[in-house]
Amino acid sequence: MEFSQHILSTLIWLPIMGGLGVLAFGDGGDPSSARAESMRILTLAISLLTFVVSIYLYIGFDGGTAAMQFVERAAWIEALHVEYYLGIDGISAPLILLTTFITPLVILAGWKSADSRAAQYFAAFLILEGLMLGVFMALDAVLFYVLWEAMLVPMFLIIGIWGGERRVYATLKFFLYTFLGSVLMLVAFIYLYGKTGDFNFFSFQEVSLTLTEQKYLFIAFLLAFAVKVPMWPVHTWLPDAHVEAPTGGSVILAAIMLKMGGYGFVRLSLPMLPDGSEYFSGMMIALSLIAIAYIGLVALMQKDMKKLIAYSSIAHMGFVTLGFFIVWSIGTHSGAVLGITGGLVQMISHGLISGAMFLCVGVLYDRVHSRQIGDYGGVANTMPVFSALMVFFAMANAGLPGTSGFVGEFMVIIASFKANFWFAFVAASTLVLGAAYTLWMVKRVIYGEVANNNVAELEDLNPREFVVLGILAVSVLIVGLWPAPLVDMMSVTVEQLLETISHSKLPVN
Amino acid sequence: MHSIHLTIVLAPLAAAIIAGLFGRQIGRAGAHWITILGVGASFVLSVMVLKHLYWDGGAAENYGLYVWAVSDGLRMEVGFLIDRLTALMMVVVTFVSLMVHIYTVGYMKDDPGYQRFFSYISLFTFSMLMLVMSNNFLQLFFGWEAVGLVSYLLIGFWYTKESAIFANLKAFLVNRVGDFGFILGIAGVVMFTNSLDYATVFASADLIASQNIVVFSGTPWNAMSVICILLFIGAMGKSAQAPLHVWLPDSMEGPTPISALIHAATMVTAGIFMVARMSPLFELSETALAVVIVIGAFTAFFMGLLGIVQNDIKRVVAYSTLSQLGYMTVALGASAYSAAIFHLMTHAFFKALLFLAVGSVIIALHHEQDIRKMGGLRKYLPITYWTALIGSVALIGFPGTAGFFSKDALIEAVRYSHWLGQGPVYWIAYLSVLLGVFVTALYTFRMFFLVFHGKERMDDDVKSHLHETSWVITGPLILLAIPAAIIGWFTIEPVLFGGFFGDAIVVTSAHDVLGRMGEEFHGSWEFLKHSFVTGPAVYLAAAGVFTAWFLYLKRPEIPAKIATRFSSVYTLLERKYYFDDLWIKGFAAGGRRIGQFLWIRGDEQLIDGILVNGTANSVVRLAATLRQLQTGYLYHYAFAMIIALTSFLGWLLWLH
Repeated sequence: MEFSQHILSTLIWLPIMGGLGVLAFGDGGDPSSARAESMRILTLAISLLTFVVSIYLYIGFDGGTAAMQFVERAAWIEALHVEYYLGIDGISAPLILLTTFITPLVILAGWKSADSRAAQYFAAFLILEGLMLGVFMALDAVLFYVLWEAMLVPMFLIIGIWGGERRVYATLKFFLYTFLGSVLMLVAFIYLYGKTGDFNFFSFQEVSLTLTEQKYLFIAFLLAFAVKVPMWPVHTWLPDAHVEAPTGGSVILAAIMLKMGGYGFVRLSLPMLPDGSEYFSGMMIALSLIAIAYIGLVALMQKDMKKLIAYSSIAHMGFVTLGFFIVWSIGTHSGAVLGITGGLVQMISHGLISGAMFLCVGVLYDRVHSRQIGDYGGVANTMPVFSALMVFFAMANAGLPGTSGFVGEFMVIIASFKANFWFAFVAASTLVLGAAYTLWMVKRVIYGEVANNNVAELEDLNPREFVVLGILAVSVLIVGLWPAPLVDMMSVTVEQLLETISHSKLPVN
Repeated sequence: MHSIHLTIVLAPLAAAIIAGLFGRQIGRAGAHWITILGVGASFVLSVMVLKHLYWDGGAAENYGLYVWAVSDGLRMEVGFLIDRLTALMMVVVTFVSLMVHIYTVGYMKDDPGYQRFFSYISLFTFSMLMLVMSNNFLQLFFGWEAVGLVSYLLIGFWYTKESAIFANLKAFLVNRVGDFGFILGIAGVVMFTNSLDYATVFASADLIASQNIVVFSGTPWNAMSVICILLFIGAMGKSAQAPLHVWLPDSMEGPTPISALIHAATMVTAGIFMVARMSPLFELSETALAVVIVIGAFTAFFMGLLGIVQNDIKRVVAYSTLSQLGYMTVALGASAYSAAIFHLMTHAFFKALLFLAVGSVIIALHHEQDIRKMGGLRKYLPITYWTALIGSVALIGFPGTAGFFSKDALIEAVRYSHWLGQGPVYWIAYLSVLLGVFVTALYTFRMFFLVFHGKERMDDDVKSHLHETSWVITGPLILLAIPAAIIGWFTIEPVLFGGFFGDAIVVTSAHDVLGRMGEEFHGSWEFLKHSFVTGPAVYLAAAGVFTAWFLYLKRPEIPAKIATRFSSVYTLLERKYYFDDLWIKGFAAGGRRIGQFLWIRGDEQLIDGILVNGTANSVVRLAATLRQLQTGYLYHYAFAMIIALTSFLGWLLWLH
C-alpha cells in the first residue's frame, strides 16, 4: 500500500474528502467570523496539498511512453465488469496539472466572494476539483460517466446559489444542454458494452464496428462533447452561464470544464470511432471554423465583459476542435500530430488566459458591481497595476507570441494550411478578430479619461488579487516562451493516438 | 561571440524589466540611467559584432539558443543568425535607440509616466533586436508582434487622450491585417519545407518554386508566388505600404521620441528588412516582385504628395516616412535588396534626426505642432536648425549626403531593371521614384522653410520663452547629424557593390541590377559627379527645393494663384499662407478642394474609410445581424434544439 501506487486516487479523494471536511467544519454562520477564516485557510491548504501531490505526479511522469501511467485498477461492480480503473497519459496529465493549479487560485480569488454559506461555497469547489480530476483519469466508461455527471452538481450549485439575478434561468439552460448530451453518451456506452462485455476504454478501442455503428456512436458522443466545448451551434448556454456564475465559477467553467469536451473527443471519439470521426470530420471542421469567425464577430458586439470573454472562449475552443479534426484532410503531408498537439496546447493555454480574464472582470465587479463595458472607462488612471495585468492578458487572449495564447493557435494554423488553404485562412482571421474584440474592450474599459465616480474611487489590486493574477501572468509567459516541456509531455501520446486512428476499425469480411 | 550576442539582446530587456517593475523604487534618474546603460551596452557590443564580421573577416554565425518546442518533426527554435545584414541592422537599431533614450531624458522630463516610457522603449529595443537577429520564422514573428505590441503601448502612451487610444487600436488592428497574411505565408513555408529555419527553407527554395498551391479549385498558383505575396502582406502592414499605411500618420499621437525610433527609423523598416532577408525566396517569383514594386511605387509617390498638404509638423514627416518606405519597397521589387537596406540605414539616421529635431521644435514651442504657428525659428534654435537642415538635405538626396548616395543608387537600380520589361510595371516604378524626388524636396523644404525661415508666426508669449533646448536633446541631434551627413561616402561602395552582405542577400544573375551598376562604379566621388550627368534626380531635387523656396519664401503669393488656376494639379498645391485667413480661404476654394479630396476622400474615406473602416463597419453590421439570432428566450432555445435534433436524426435515417 505505497503512496505512489495510489497517487491518482489521492488526487481525486483528497479534495473531495477535504471538501466534506470543510462542510463539517462550517463557517460558524458568519462569513466574517474567525471560524470562517480558519475554514478558508483549511480550504486553501487542501487545494495546495492537492497541487503538491500533482507536482509529484509531474516529476514521476514519463513522457517517453504512450502507455497509461500510475494505473490503479480494482473491480467495482463485478457482475457488470465495471472497474475502478484510473490512469493517465500525455493527454490527461497536463489537464490534471491545470486543474490542480487553477483551483487554489480560484479559492484565493474567491476569498471574500461568498457572502452567505461560505463553507458550502468552498466545499463545492473542492469537491468539484476532485470530480474533474477523476474525469481526466477514468478509463472505465461507467466510472467516467458517473464522474462526468457528478461534476455538474457542484457547478449547478455554484451558479444556482451564489450566482447573479438570472441564475435559475442560467442553471436550467446549462442543465438542459449538458444533461441531454450526456444521456446519449451513456446510451453509447451501453451499446459498446453490449459488444465488448465490459466498460474498459481499451476494449471499446479494440472492438470492430461498422461504419453505421460508428456514425451513430459518434453522434451520441458529439452531443455530449460539443455542448461542453462548446461548439457552434450548441454554444449559447455558455454566455448565460458565465454571466450568472460567480467569478470563481466562471473561472472553473472556462478554464477546466470546457476542456472536458475536447478531452472527450481525443479520449473517446477519435480512438474508438476512427472511421466515424473521419466521416464527420468535414462537418467538424466547418463547425470549428464557424466558431472561430462567426463567434469572433459576435464577440465584437458584446456590451457585457463576461459575455465578451465567453464568446471569445468559444472562438478559441474552435481551434481545439479544428486541430483535432483536420487529421484526415492533411493527407500526405506530415502535420496531423502538430494539429492535435496544437489543439491540446490551446486547451491548457485557454485555461490560463480565460481564467485570468474572468478574474480580471471579477476584480472590477467586486468594486463596481457591474460587468457592463459602458460603466467603465479610464480604469488605468486609478488602477495602474491592474490595468497593466489586464492589458497583458488581453494581449495573450489576442494570441500575441511570447504568451501561451500564441502557441496552440500557431500550431493549428500551420497544420490547417497543410490541410487546406481556406481552413488556415478562416482560422487566421482570429489574428484580426481576436485582437479587435479584446483590445476594443480594453480601450473602452482601461484607457481614456476617468469615466465616472465609480471609476474615480477604484482602488488598485490588493495583495491577494495581485498574487493570483501575477501567478497566472507568469505561467502564461512561461508557456508562451518555452512550451517545450508541455509539448514533450504530450508528443508520444499524440503520436500513438494518431497511429490508433489511422487504422480502420471496420470489420474485415 | 555567443555570450556577446546574448548580452546585446538581454541588456535592454533587463533594463526594461527593472524600469517597468521597479520604476517607483529606482526613481526617474534610476530608470533613465539603467535603460541608457542597457541600450548603450547593446550598441557598443553591436559595433564589435559588425567589426568582427566586416573588418576582421569573421564568419557569419547561425545557431540555436533553445528549442521552443518540437512537434511532428517540426523544430521550433529560438536562435540567432548573425551575418552582416543582421549586424548592420543591430548597429542601426541600437544607435538610434541610444540617441532616443538620451533625448527622452529631456523630452519627457515633466511627464508623470517617465519610468514607464523608458521601460517601453527599452522593451522595444529588445523586441527589434530579436526580430533582426532571428534565424527562423517563429522568432521573426515573435519580434514582429512584440514590436507591434510596444508600438501599441507607446502610441497610446498618453492614454487619457481619445485620439491617442483610437490611433493605437487602429495601428494594432491594421498591423494585424498584415500579420494575417504573414502567418499564412509562414504556414505555407512550413507546408513545403517542414521547417521554420531560414537556412533549411532557403536551401529548399527551388523545391517550393516548382510546386503549386490550389487556392481556387482549377487554378493552381505557383507556391512561391503565393508564399511571397502572403509574406509581403505582412511587410505591407508593418512597413505601412498602401493600402495598409493608414495607421502610420495617426501613430503620431504618440510622444515624438517614439515617432523617431519606432515609426521612422526602425520598426517600420522591419518589413523591408524581412523581404531582404527572404531574398532567396522572392528572387524565385517575378510575380511577387512585380506586386512589391507596384505597391512600393504607389506608396512612394502618392504618400509623398500628401506630405505637401499637412500642417501638423509631425504628420509631414510621417507622410515623408511613408514615401521613403515606398522607395525602399521599390528597390526590393527591383531585386536591389542591398540598395533597399542601404536606404533603410541612411533613412534611419536622417529621419530619426529629422523627427528628433521636430521634437526639439515642439518642445521649444511648448507642444505646438502646427507649422502655421512656427516660422523663423532659425535664430532661436541654432543647433536644431543646423541639424534639421542636415536631416532635410539628406532626405531630399542633396549631393554628398547619406540620402543622396542611397536614393540615387536606388533610382539608378530601378532604371537598370530592364528585366522588368519595358511594360507598365517598369514605368510605374521608374517614374514614381523619379517624380517622388521632386515631391520629397518640395514637402521637406516647405516644412523646413516654414519652420525655420520666414515670418515668425508664434504668439508673443511663446516667443518670449523661446530658447535652444537642453543638451540632452541637442546632443543626440548632433550625433545623428554626423552619419546623416557623411556616412554615404564610405559605405556606398562596400554595401552596394562590394559584396558587403555576402550570402545574406541572394540575387539571381538575371536580376542583378546592382552588379551591372557596379561595373560602372568608380568610387563615391565619381558617382557624385556622374549623378549630374546621368539622371535627372539631382536636378529634380534641386527643382523641388527651388520650388519650395520660390513658393514659400520668395513669392509666397504664388501658391494661392497656382492652387486656384491648376486646381486639378495636386502636386503643386501648397498651403503656405495658412496664417493668413485670406490665403486659407483662397486655398480652400481651389487647392484645399483638391488637397482635401486626395487626403480626405482618397486617403481617409476611400482607403481608410471604405477599405479599412468600411470593412470594420461591415463587420460590425454583420456581427449585429448575427447577434439577433440569439434572443435569450429559453423556449426559443428549447424549440431550436428540438427542431435541430429532429432534423438531424431524420437526416441520419434518410442517409440509410
